[in-house]
Formats: sequence, C-alpha cells, structure tokens
Amino acid sequence: MSIATFFAMGGYAFYVWTAYGICCLVLVFNILMPIRQRLSFLQELARKQQRQQ
Amino acid sequence: MKFIPDPVGKFFHRMASPPHFYALAGQMIPWLTGIFLVLLGYGLFAGLYLAPTDYQQGDSYRIIYIHVPSAWMSLFIYIVMALAGAIGLIWRIKLAEIMAISSASVGASFTFIALVTGSLWGKPMWGTWWVWDARLTSELILLFLYLGVMGLYNAIDDKRTASKAVAILALVGVVNIPIIHYSVEWWNTLHQGPTVTKMDKPSIHISMLIPLLTMAVAFKFYYLIAVLQRARLELLYRERTSAWVKKLVMEQSK
Repeated sequence: MSIATFFAMGGYAFYVWTAYGICCLVLVFNILMPIRQRLSFLQELARKQQRQQ
Repeated sequence: MKFIPDPVGKFFHRMASPPHFYALAGQMIPWLTGIFLVLLGYGLFAGLYLAPTDYQQGDSYRIIYIHVPSAWMSLFIYIVMALAGAIGLIWRIKLAEIMAISSASVGASFTFIALVTGSLWGKPMWGTWWVWDARLTSELILLFLYLGVMGLYNAIDDKRTASKAVAILALVGVVNIPIIHYSVEWWNTLHQGPTVTKMDKPSIHISMLIPLLTMAVAFKFYYLIAVLQRARLELLYRERTSAWVKKLVMEQSK
C-alpha cells in the first residue's frame, strides 16, 4: 500500500481525517489547559506572597 | 469496635491528604502518559493500517476506533463522576468532590468527540449529519448534563456548596445512562446495534476488535492523565490559603 492510498482512505479521506483531527485537538487541549492554568495560578500566588513579605 | 484495621485506615488517610495527593498525582502523570502513548500508537497503527477494509462501509468505518471508545468513555466518566459526587455528598470527602468536578470537563470532551465523529461517519454512510433519534438525542442530552454540571459549579462561589449541588445534578442525570445504552434496542434507529458488548458472540472480526479494545484502554489512561491534571489545579485553588500550598509556592519561586 502506498502512502497516497493510505491517506486517501478509499475516498473517505475528508471524513476520516477530520474525525481524527478534531479528536486529537480536543484531547490535547484538555491536557494543556489545566497545566497552563495551574502554572499561572502558582505564579499569581508567588506574587501575592512576595508582596506580603 | 473497629471495622477497618489501622494500617489500612492510615493508608487512605494519607492518600486523601491534599499535599500527598498533589505530589503523587504529579509523579504518576509521566508514567501514565508513557503507557497511554504506547497504547495509542499501537491502536492507531492497527486500526488505520493493519485492520482490513470493511466490505460494506469501506474505509469510512475506521472512524469506529475513536467514535466507539469516546462514546464508552462518555458513559464511563459520567458514572465515575456521579459516584464520586455521591461519596463527596455522603462522607464530605474533599478529594471525592474534586474528582467529580474534574471528571466533568473530560467527560464533556469525550461526549463532544463521540457526537462529532459520529456525525462525520453518519454523513457518508446514512447520507445525513444528524437525525433526532433516541441514541443521538440522549447522547446530546449527556453533553448538556456535563455542561450543566460545569456551569453550576462555576456559578456558586463556595466550592463545598457548589460540589453538593453538582453531585445532586449528576445523580439525577444518571437516569440518562441506561437510556443511551439501550436506545438502539428499544427504538428503531439509523444507528447500528451493539457489536462488541454482545458477550456470547461479538459481531466484529478479531482483526478489528483488537485495535478497538486497545484504543478503549488507551482512552482510559488518557482520562486518568486529564482528570489528575484538572484535580491538581482544582486542589491548588481550593487549598490556596493553606500552609502546604504556601510552602509549595515558596519552594518553587526560589
């Protein structure tokens, strides 16, 4: 099987790859968001603590 | 009278202590991510490349490898969320409350993926993106239940009260779960019937079943990773005035 026929997905390329693409985006977003929020929250707490000292 | 021996009680007490949980979750996430990536890699390779083309649906059926595991996760996570909510409601365990609300966004994501991939599969096979049949409608209601849980939680400032309200909403919504599961048997629909959970004889070939089950296990690991990340954030926020968080912040800003 050539790479081109693999990506063509028997003519269903649009449906198959859109489905996998959206799935991938949502799953990655779900991991990165809480990490980013946690790190920025930790920074915010650190700034508050420094002001109090 | 003691029903729980001391070491076991101590173990659970330690596990449920916020600083311990925060650190342990942080240590577990890299391992869980490793296992998830291996399973995902094999599942995708086997599903997209090794598995044969379906004789009726052609290659469009390959959406099954994300659609069905996502749909299973949407139900599984809802049950976990309702159980954790109930435990939090009855025994007022803070970690159970946090696991319940942290599950909501992951569950909503899987429900969204199940709906979107189903739509992308339905268009070439049924000729329509959407039908208002029992399976699709009840799954859409599940998405609204998840969003309702998240919205309600954010609307109430006191997070202990918010957790109580959310747990009750989640428990009421449990009635939707059997409706989703049996909808394809109770009502006539375009959606195909169960192929895997017919335990006596699954009507799916082994070469297609193995990647499907691999993806299902991979998604379970993904859920663990995502829920622990969320839980760490939630725990930090709730405990922001406690001594251990202050110590953590001090150590990190050094």
